Amino acid sequence: MSGEHDHELGFWRKYVFSIDHKVIGIQYTITALLFLLFGFTLMMVMRFQLAYPGTEIPFLAKIFGEGNMPGGLMLPEFYNQLGAMHGTIMVFLGVVPLAVGGFGNYVMPLQIGAPDMAFPRLNMASYWVYFLGGVIMLGSFFLPSGAAQSGWTSYPPLSNINPGQTAWLFGMVFLITSSLLGSVNFIVTIIQLRAEGLTFFRLPFFVWAQLVTAFLLLLAFPPLEAAGVLQLMDRLAGTSFFMPSGLVVSNQVLDIAGEGNPLLWQHLFWFLAHPEVYVLILPAMGIVAEILANNTRKPLWGYRSLVYATIFLGFMSFIVWAHHMFMTGMGTTMSAFFQTTTMIISVPSVIILTAMVISLWGASIRYTVPMLFAIAFLPMFAIGGLTGLPLGLTASDIHLHDTYYVIGHFHFVVAPGTLMALFGGIYYWFPKVTGRLMNNMLGKLHFWGTLIFMNVVFMPMFLQGMHSVSRRLYDQTVYEHGKDVQDLTIASSWGAWCLGIAQIPFIINFFASIFAGKKVGSNPWDATTLEWAAPSPPPHGNFETEPVVYRGPYEYSPPEDPTGFSPQNKAPA
Amino acid sequence: MSSAEIKYIDKPHPLTGVTNAKLGIWLFLASEVMLFGALFSAYVLLRVGATSWPRGSDELNVPLATLNTIVLITSSVTMVMSWASLKLDNFGKFRRYMGMTIALSLAFLVIKTFEYTPKFSHYEVFLNDKTSVRGHLGEKHEDHILFTPDPEKDGEHAGVHPEEMRIERSDIRRLTNFGPRHSNFFALYFTLTGLHGLHIIGGIVVNTWLMFPGSAMWKTQRERFTGRVECAGLYWHFVDLVWIFLFPLLYLL
Repeated sequence: MSGEHDHELGFWRKYVFSIDHKVIGIQYTITALLFLLFGFTLMMVMRFQLAYPGTEIPFLAKIFGEGNMPGGLMLPEFYNQLGAMHGTIMVFLGVVPLAVGGFGNYVMPLQIGAPDMAFPRLNMASYWVYFLGGVIMLGSFFLPSGAAQSGWTSYPPLSNINPGQTAWLFGMVFLITSSLLGSVNFIVTIIQLRAEGLTFFRLPFFVWAQLVTAFLLLLAFPPLEAAGVLQLMDRLAGTSFFMPSGLVVSNQVLDIAGEGNPLLWQHLFWFLAHPEVYVLILPAMGIVAEILANNTRKPLWGYRSLVYATIFLGFMSFIVWAHHMFMTGMGTTMSAFFQTTTMIISVPSVIILTAMVISLWGASIRYTVPMLFAIAFLPMFAIGGLTGLPLGLTASDIHLHDTYYVIGHFHFVVAPGTLMALFGGIYYWFPKVTGRLMNNMLGKLHFWGTLIFMNVVFMPMFLQGMHSVSRRLYDQTVYEHGKDVQDLTIASSWGAWCLGIAQIPFIINFFASIFAGKKVGSNPWDATTLEWAAPSPPPHGNFETEPVVYRGPYEYSPPEDPTGFSPQNKAPA
Repeated sequence: MSSAEIKYIDKPHPLTGVTNAKLGIWLFLASEVMLFGALFSAYVLLRVGATSWPRGSDELNVPLATLNTIVLITSSVTMVMSWASLKLDNFGKFRRYMGMTIALSLAFLVIKTFEYTPKFSHYEVFLNDKTSVRGHLGEKHEDHILFTPDPEKDGEHAGVHPEEMRIERSDIRRLTNFGPRHSNFFALYFTLTGLHGLHIIGGIVVNTWLMFPGSAMWKTQRERFTGRVECAGLYWHFVDLVWIFLFPLLYLL
């Protein structure tokens, strides 16, 4: 573990099969960003079919093959593959690996003053297992059966019958294993390896967010793994866990035992997938908290409330899952329970958001690029969260369930919400990783393009949904009510393509700044948390001397300190 | 020289009282509880919704499973003994007890194989008149099958081996062996015990590694090696515990 060993490692051990949490964090970040781009590209192709159904684009036939797009016309089966894989890739291969695998791996050990994660080899294993899962998911497009086409939720009995699902399930087993290994590693690291003096209530909020996230991953993913095993048995061993009796497919009664329960899958799936929502949002909130405190130059308002709210949120997220299932006829007692818990879980989310908004109050804000993204996160996430309330109440959910309104709602949480925060995090920690700043001008261009076009993409969906357009339609113009709002679909599609163009400054900025960005010292933002006490980029083992912590995470503008901020490792006078 | 080594690898953290590995294995076991918990919930949900559910003792081999329970509990005891031997600085004894643990776990798998195999050659024919016949499948033809029913268990013909009979294909609603596809009961039986069996195989791999190549660490880092054996032991007890739940759930209830 000592610095001398650095020179003995060859290229492969240093950059590819590295056990250094920083290298692994960078690997996660790059891989996840590529998957995000890929998943987004799938969607841009789908948006064409949605906006201009039945229009042929001959050159796409060359890319996707005549089997999928004969003459450039997208087949419904292929549309379904793109839809299912867009969801799967964005959630399981893009956002979570970026937020947890990327940011968590790189920043968290630095923020707690640790030399590395508790289990460096396990850390490497989780990256490579994730990578394999990604390869399987991508490879499934090239199988004769094609990729999965039952949506990212994979509801049986459809998913039991559709081709392509087996590869999806195997891919998921790898991804679940990866996040399991990762979450054990995160929790042990945070509990055991905090620097001297870094008590739990001196932890930066980002670390708290990662801790709660890791617990959610640890405890919520295994039920999906169980469900995956059961679905694999259904597909490969002919069982009927999720298959009801007397199911007829292509005019033939299936030769199965029957008496299975499709709802069992939904319960097990949402038992993971609801906590997963908080896995998506909590690290983003952590990033936003760091950026806000740093750029408002004052302590985060209500740090303890934030922490308690996060813990409560994590706990509650395990008992709200059936609000995704109000339409399954589960009975009024059950839905009353889940409506109540759903309303309760909105309270800690509002506490967190309110504390962040109040943190802005009376501050002399530095409008740096990361700060722009962090500020934009607040209203965007608020829209995403508030539009969720009508879905959590059965009376309004009956009308909105499975429409574009739902798509608009959760995309507002994840895209203009989480992704905004993640972009902000990249601009914020880039100087730590590379020792150079990202370009300000290109950053602002990226910010405004992203903010505007994300709203253009997702705002029309609320209206479409309230107009009862169902979410998985291949061509909504076959219905009269779909025709009425086709203009909105076209607007939304153009928004998506422009959003794609708006990412070009980011991609240029990202790569150019690695080589040509303005060189800065180890603490360009005058920040207080421990990662800024390490050199930029930090060497193997992170800190030159083991840091000792004397104070809380956000001591900005303390009256007794003329420098305007007191880093956590600054000894009291 | 840059900074320090990773702490608490062999010595426990002064506040939490555990090493990194021990905390890690407990967290891992927590996730395992959720995995099997989900499968047990699936069992409950499917059984509650079923129109009929067989008695486990009618369908499965209770004596063999009882023997397996004893084998597995004994292996847990030898696992503790192997760890205790390391605590008492007796490496030879550690190897002996670890060897016994591995042997017992292999015995468990062998017995399990004896339980599994007959299920795949034992068939049930569901007829269109809502009755069913159990027995062994003879020749299969285009329009009919030859089938030897099992002897009756009680009644006046108990123990008498019936003749091979001819069943028309047109009378058959469904023909299946007693594998996972037979019914939800057998689907759950094979899934749960199969997953448990995979955990046993995992334990055997880890224990064999600890017994031979992994034990080189004993010479250099005694405490750390003992900690590893303890973690493997915690895992092994968990696998044992899962069986303690599976046995009554599948065989007795």
